[in-house]
Amino acid sequence: MSAAIDVRGLTVRYGEVLALDDVSFEATAGRLTGLLGANGSGKSTLFGSLMGTLTPDSGSVRLFGEDPARVRRRGDVAYVPQHDAIDRDFPVSVHDVVMMGRYGMLGVMRRPRPRDRDAVAAAIDRVGLTAFASRTIGALSGGQRRRAFLARAIAQDAGLLLLDEPFAGVDAASEATIAALLRGLRDEGRSILVSTHDLAGVRALCDDAIILQRRLIFQGTAHDAVTPERLTEIFGMSS
Amino acid sequence: MIDWLLEPLSYPFMVRALGATLVSAVACGLLSCWLVQIGWSLMGDAVSHSVLPGVALAYIVGIPFAVGAFVFGIGAVLLIGRVQSATKIKSDAAIGVVFTSLFALGIVLISATPSQIDLTHILFGNVLGVSPVELITVALIGTLTVILVFVKRRDLTLFAFDPGHANAIGISVARLRWLLLTLLALTVVATMQTVGIILVVAMLVIPGCTARLLTRSMPGMLRVSVSVAVTASVAGVYASYVADVSTGGAVVLVQSALFALALTATGLRKLSAHRKSRVSLQHEHSHDAVTT
Repeated sequence: MSAAIDVRGLTVRYGEVLALDDVSFEATAGRLTGLLGANGSGKSTLFGSLMGTLTPDSGSVRLFGEDPARVRRRGDVAYVPQHDAIDRDFPVSVHDVVMMGRYGMLGVMRRPRPRDRDAVAAAIDRVGLTAFASRTIGALSGGQRRRAFLARAIAQDAGLLLLDEPFAGVDAASEATIAALLRGLRDEGRSILVSTHDLAGVRALCDDAIILQRRLIFQGTAHDAVTPERLTEIFGMSS
Repeated sequence: MIDWLLEPLSYPFMVRALGATLVSAVACGLLSCWLVQIGWSLMGDAVSHSVLPGVALAYIVGIPFAVGAFVFGIGAVLLIGRVQSATKIKSDAAIGVVFTSLFALGIVLISATPSQIDLTHILFGNVLGVSPVELITVALIGTLTVILVFVKRRDLTLFAFDPGHANAIGISVARLRWLLLTLLALTVVATMQTVGIILVVAMLVIPGCTARLLTRSMPGMLRVSVSVAVTASVAGVYASYVADVSTGGAVVLVQSALFALALTATGLRKLSAHRKSRVSLQHEHSHDAVTT
């Protein structure tokens, strides 16, 4: 089986600043991969490269062995944005947001069919927000809002899920719910890449891990990723 | 009362004025909701001011003013994009540079073509002077805008709310951006006859802001926004007839009044909700005191 994500020699510069320096890695299909790195380590740049929102200076990205744009058009990539990337004042309900996960499958007017309504209701139920379906997203807690966006990814039924810091600004209960949902989605055979700086959580949550610090400094199992030496190296922490 | 209402309508120019105002108000009211949510008010201002040289050139060359205006509206957007990508200038500054330059060009062009164009009509509107042909133009542009908005309303909301997701599912963000910008230019062209170039931005901003205060969903916002725009059109046109004042100015002033009303109403609602929660808190406290 080909890798869900195959990045080779990826280099991205913002003017003088080198954001990613010759990064190569593979994320195995059907596994939950953690993307670790301090702030400014290039995690967001990597997401941007995977999503095609920025053009790398050199290197290539393949998703499931194919051109990423083609995989996206097929609706096989779901993206859950960072919490501060969401306009909380926007007048949309949980149901509206989750329905957007279905837009790629709908016609010109994006008029939902009965099966789309069913899929949306099922996704909202799966993340435990059925009682909140008609609430505006601004009226939710941080954790509930994350779950709403995860429900959108579920409703989209994508093979690859990319989550940018899904645990940031989330209470402990929602964090456990989200972690359980991610493992469940992995067990269905979906490939997941989740960025986080919760080091302790990575070992419990993820199968594999990638550590970025502009360059790739680790790729392997999540179990091997987190060592005291590496923590000191990356985050300057002392235990 | 009925006579009083019908009297202005016995003049064909008043009927045309009301028609043109209503059509442009509906288009503006719809578009307003997305512009306000994205934060494109300044873009609306920019496009509306930038059409001036287009109008002047259209008169000079002898083509319909709508064509010239539309071309310059779109041209302004392209130019703003160029200035932004070629420099490190922030977007509001780039917009400011481009539209004021084009506006100045328009004023110079008009001053150089003596007596053919009335600058005040373009700047402040001349809805009472709308000719039957102009009314048809406005109606066609307005209808096209409304149809496009209706068909693509969910995509526009997706673009306004989360372009990252649009991109993720393979929907072209650039195409949606251009759709909205084209709709903006079309609406400006349809509206400049009514309220003039300077006040177009009011029609593009105030109804959406008013609706945002009163609703919590996009469909609700669209309904309220259009209602505000239509109410203000009718009331403004009548007020201008009765009081013999500028029609465009009157329409916008009624919109402003409705906005102020909505603001006051939501302020009062918040205040009473706040009082209620305080009362119930006090009630809980007294309850606690009894049980302990």
